Amino acid sequence: MNRRLVLGAKNGAVVIILVVFAVSTLAPLLWMIFTSFKPLQDVEGGSLVPKTWHSENYSSVFQQVPFARYYLNSVFIAAWVTFLTCLTSAMGAFAFSRLEWKGRDALFRLYLATMMIPGVVTMIPNYTLMVKLHLLDSYTGLIIPSAFGAFGTFLLRQFMLTIPKALDEAATIDGAGYWSVFVDIVLPLARPGVIALAIFTFLGNYGSFYWPLVLIKSDSLRTLPVGMMYFDTTYGRQTNLLMAASVMSLLPPILLFLIGQKHLIKGIAFGAVKG
Amino acid sequence: MKKNRSQLRAAIGFLAPNLLGFLLFTAGPVVFSLGASFTNTNLQQTIPLRFNGLANYSELIHDKAFWLYLVNTLYMMLGLPFAMFGSLWLAVLLSRKLRGISIFRTLLYLPSFASGVAIMILWKALYNPDFGPINETLRHVFNALKIHADSPQWLQSTHNMAGLDVEHVGVTSKQFGLGGRDAMILMGVWIAIGGNNMLLYLAALSNVPEELLEAAQLDGAAPWRCFLSVTWPQLAPTTFFILVMSIIGGLQGGFETARVMTSGGPAGTTTTLAYYIYSLAFEQFRIGYASAVAWVLFAFVFVATLINWRFGNRAANEM
Repeated sequence: MNRRLVLGAKNGAVVIILVVFAVSTLAPLLWMIFTSFKPLQDVEGGSLVPKTWHSENYSSVFQQVPFARYYLNSVFIAAWVTFLTCLTSAMGAFAFSRLEWKGRDALFRLYLATMMIPGVVTMIPNYTLMVKLHLLDSYTGLIIPSAFGAFGTFLLRQFMLTIPKALDEAATIDGAGYWSVFVDIVLPLARPGVIALAIFTFLGNYGSFYWPLVLIKSDSLRTLPVGMMYFDTTYGRQTNLLMAASVMSLLPPILLFLIGQKHLIKGIAFGAVKG
Repeated sequence: MKKNRSQLRAAIGFLAPNLLGFLLFTAGPVVFSLGASFTNTNLQQTIPLRFNGLANYSELIHDKAFWLYLVNTLYMMLGLPFAMFGSLWLAVLLSRKLRGISIFRTLLYLPSFASGVAIMILWKALYNPDFGPINETLRHVFNALKIHADSPQWLQSTHNMAGLDVEHVGVTSKQFGLGGRDAMILMGVWIAIGGNNMLLYLAALSNVPEELLEAAQLDGAAPWRCFLSVTWPQLAPTTFFILVMSIIGGLQGGFETARVMTSGGPAGTTTTLAYYIYSLAFEQFRIGYASAVAWVLFAFVFVATLINWRFGNRAANEM
């Protein structure tokens, strides 16, 4: 009885601390949501919860900036980058994990080593490369340089190493070529890894800021993060509209998170711990 | 032998797209960037291109801005230990098997998951010294406690908790207070605390052998003692990994926040090395000098990693 009381008190303390953490995590986000429904004059001071709810703030965002365009650009580019990254990474990971060839591990170590190089080092030459290829201010320039990644190759290699080799050996004996071993055996079994990589890549690219910022000059090609930044600097005083835009830009990642939570957490633990 | 050759041919096929991208957008640029750092390359090309040896690097040594921004970068990394131990604390709390505890995990993970320009615009509004909710709350608190104090000017202030000077690398009491850099730190901790590091600690905690903890409890060790002598050493590899990644990230960090929230100001106090490189390369088009600064930043990251490896391996072996 006594022990149960002590345990109960302990759990109570844990819950109280967690609630404090959760409240301080949620407070800024709640302020953002409430402010997005307020008329401008009620943003400063006054109550936290809007007295009257102004959902027309959301449609005003679309009138003031080409927000729908930003949305479409972001999703379009992120979808392409995700598809290409998963494809090139899975194929590369297959070569690094299932095939035996000279220099394999040396090349893989070189891949890993480049993960340590700061993005800014390669950013500048990539920009000059895009200038030379006349890909400034284009979808292609936004998509192609992001469609390859050492990280994805690394993550999927780790996944593929856990798939028993006997499976593809059996298939090879049955006369299957490497491509069908890859497509029919390894890829389905590496599915959790591919899903995790797809979510990571999509979100990373959906939120990416630096590359679109330097590459894109015309408003019609801007992605959400860049468009939002210019919205903030040109219409900075319209806090309610800015918050409405922020809420809208956060909806896709939050939905994706709620759907893919399990895969993501597995992927994070896998990439780091097993690495 | 025949099998080996067919495997090599297959490997070339599978690797081709990946390797092409790697050479074109990673390996090639690394070489190009190193070369450019020894030239006067300028994107506007108004000056003839020439090799100028170590001129960029010696300019960097005498560049007062570089040293000030290095100090800014290091100062803003002071949030890392708070974020790290906060993550550990949260993970310990969340590792208890209570009903509904996964809801907390999801909630606390939101900021780091959603982080990006939208969250920075949000915090910029929160920090507004006149109308933002943070100072509004502070004013209420000050009134209630009858304290006569000015609220911090946050992103508009050069003040900081270490009293770093604005014009020179050094310390002055005039600059003591809460300012832009501290605002960045606070926001960074808010974003990171329930993020990936917390998940890594959670995974590591579930791998601590129950027998060890039970044995310690049987020996009459207090919970705090159990944690220090059993759990903490078991977490060493995870802590080490998080530390290395945080330092690497911290040294390269601060570009997005500076660009979105402060443009590096006021008076350059929120400019980190990453933002400095951006403004050198893409605002002043000084590709050569920007590349040199980028390589020095890379050198810092490299040295930090090496020190971490040495220190980390020794620490892990001793435990």
